[in-house]
Amino acid sequence: MTNSIHGIEKSNCIFVIGSNTTANHPLISRRIMRAKEKGARLIVADPRGIQLSRFADVAIRHRLGSDTALLNGMMHIIIENGWQSSAYIRERTEGYEEFAASVKMATPEFTADATGVDVEDLYQMARLYGTSKAASLLYAMGITQHTTGVDNVKSCCNLAMLCGNVGIPGGGVNPLRGQNNVQGACDMGGLPNVFTGYQPVADEKMREKFSKAWNCTLSNIPGQTITDMIPAILDGKLKALYVIGENPKLSDPDWNHLNRALKELKFLVVQDLFLSETAQVADVVFAASSLAEKEGTFTNTERRCMKFEQAVEPLANTLPDWKILSQLSTAMGYPMHYANPSEIFDELAALTPSYGGMSYARLGLDGLQWPCPDAAHPGTVYMHKESFSRGKGKFHAISYQPPAEKPDETYPYFLTTGRMFAHFHTGTMTRTSPHLDIEQRDGYVEINPEDAAALQVKEGDMLTIISRRGELDVPARLTSVVNPGTLFLPIHFGESAANILTSSEAFDPLAKIPEYKVSAVNVYKSKPPPERV
Amino acid sequence: MKCTFVPSVCSYCGTGCGLLFETIDGRINSTIPMKTHPVSQGKLCIKGWNLHEHINSPMRLKQPMVKTFGRFINASWEEAIQITADRFKEIIVEHGPDSVGVLVSAKMSNEENYLAQKLARAVFGTNNVDHCARL
Repeated sequence: MTNSIHGIEKSNCIFVIGSNTTANHPLISRRIMRAKEKGARLIVADPRGIQLSRFADVAIRHRLGSDTALLNGMMHIIIENGWQSSAYIRERTEGYEEFAASVKMATPEFTADATGVDVEDLYQMARLYGTSKAASLLYAMGITQHTTGVDNVKSCCNLAMLCGNVGIPGGGVNPLRGQNNVQGACDMGGLPNVFTGYQPVADEKMREKFSKAWNCTLSNIPGQTITDMIPAILDGKLKALYVIGENPKLSDPDWNHLNRALKELKFLVVQDLFLSETAQVADVVFAASSLAEKEGTFTNTERRCMKFEQAVEPLANTLPDWKILSQLSTAMGYPMHYANPSEIFDELAALTPSYGGMSYARLGLDGLQWPCPDAAHPGTVYMHKESFSRGKGKFHAISYQPPAEKPDETYPYFLTTGRMFAHFHTGTMTRTSPHLDIEQRDGYVEINPEDAAALQVKEGDMLTIISRRGELDVPARLTSVVNPGTLFLPIHFGESAANILTSSEAFDPLAKIPEYKVSAVNVYKSKPPPERV
Repeated sequence: MKCTFVPSVCSYCGTGCGLLFETIDGRINSTIPMKTHPVSQGKLCIKGWNLHEHINSPMRLKQPMVKTFGRFINASWEEAIQITADRFKEIIVEHGPDSVGVLVSAKMSNEENYLAQKLARAVFGTNNVDHCARL
């Protein structure tokens, strides 16, 4: 997030696109409600009729994968009516002319055709966002999990810059991150092309700095992303995989493809709290201690690095992840002897400029928001106040590209995937919690009552869903939350794994994020199992 | 009876709500919201209120295991670590450092993520490091 969670309350207009906030970030949706109580306007764009839509001033359901068309259409109307912030564009940005020319093509009629959104709704969205003093844009994986994920994000940035909303309180481009420490994992260099703090591995100076600190030589070849690793296994290039606290068997696209790949591996190590689907096929399983059994820091979606304390002793013969990693490294011939996580934190803070001013003593209970470059720096509540990281903000001319798969004669339905309120990701944590499990025991698929009637399907009947990758049986849930012609499958349930159906070939060429939000499928009522004689 | 309240951060979504683990005699009894926290201001969602349940789950792994002839056998940490280190070393010698990949975790702490990528880059010698940010 360029801005902060509490800053949402300062906003005059909140635009939520591709985020089911009340289900997935409930305590952020609370801030949206608080802002509304203070008079802010709310715009919600989501292909499904989510809970937040009911509280919106304008709520639209645009066609799956038409986000860039929608955003371009809004910007077209904003420019036509002169609602853009000309002084901001002049002083803070570049590339406006080319961008404005590209948006000219996105007339309301063209946009309505591409997105299925009513022209009047489109106008109201543009007016509310374009004429508000400070407007905050919130998005989540509904924007990113597309073949055009990067274009979608750039379009969000275009819109925010067009109206001068980046670098002001109550504004910003605010991705809501899904995992508790996904921000921290990225900040800590858990990516193939960068060290901590996004310092590129291809940069010789950075390599020198880290190789001096770590006393070793370092490879200058950027590594492979998770999306590239799977084909690399099948090509015989990747032989061993060390998986920590993840369950790629459920979370990665195209289940059948991945299963073939995992079988090809010479060696698979999984480190987890539970014997997850992936751990079951591992050669070695490391039993890790949980959050409450160790201390450390997490960095949340608003860049706030926060300390958590050890509450109880590690369960049975489990070890905290940092101890397992240190012992493995030592056994490999590179001794790591840390007395406690605080020592590790001091080492990483010294190597990471944005964390440079942080220490356990300073974090306290409230934490600190990066960038926090020195010990006197109070942390950064909102970013890009005077200038952008690269100096001027760059507009990108982006044209609408449809998703990789669209419904056709053989696969006439849209399938989209997502989450529900009581469960988390692949369910390894929530499905073992009795009070969460009881909220939703099994997988289901949402289908519009109109489609259900045409298929003669009642609530709870088994449906068979088929895509080009595989097929799956799952009980039906009849709801007008989804439009006719669209199915929604939650990702939490291993027995009806959504990723049997999704594609491992449709992903954003730059970000390598799979297009989980759009697949083409067919659906019919499952044949009852043969009766026993 | 000894009762403590230990500050922590919710490990479900990316919001980062502040909470307290209530422990009684060394066992976590409940999760309660932290009143003064700047993010969550004394509130939690249904997942947060039940955070302790996955920690107390009887399904938790309790010791390292090594698969031998297709079945998991309980192992000591020394054995499991040594077997793993030897296998990685063998594979790196035979196929080069880029034949190994590490998936770090958006569920681990910053310190642990830092160590995991350090292990991949400094010890294995590869930049094949990624995690589930895309998924």
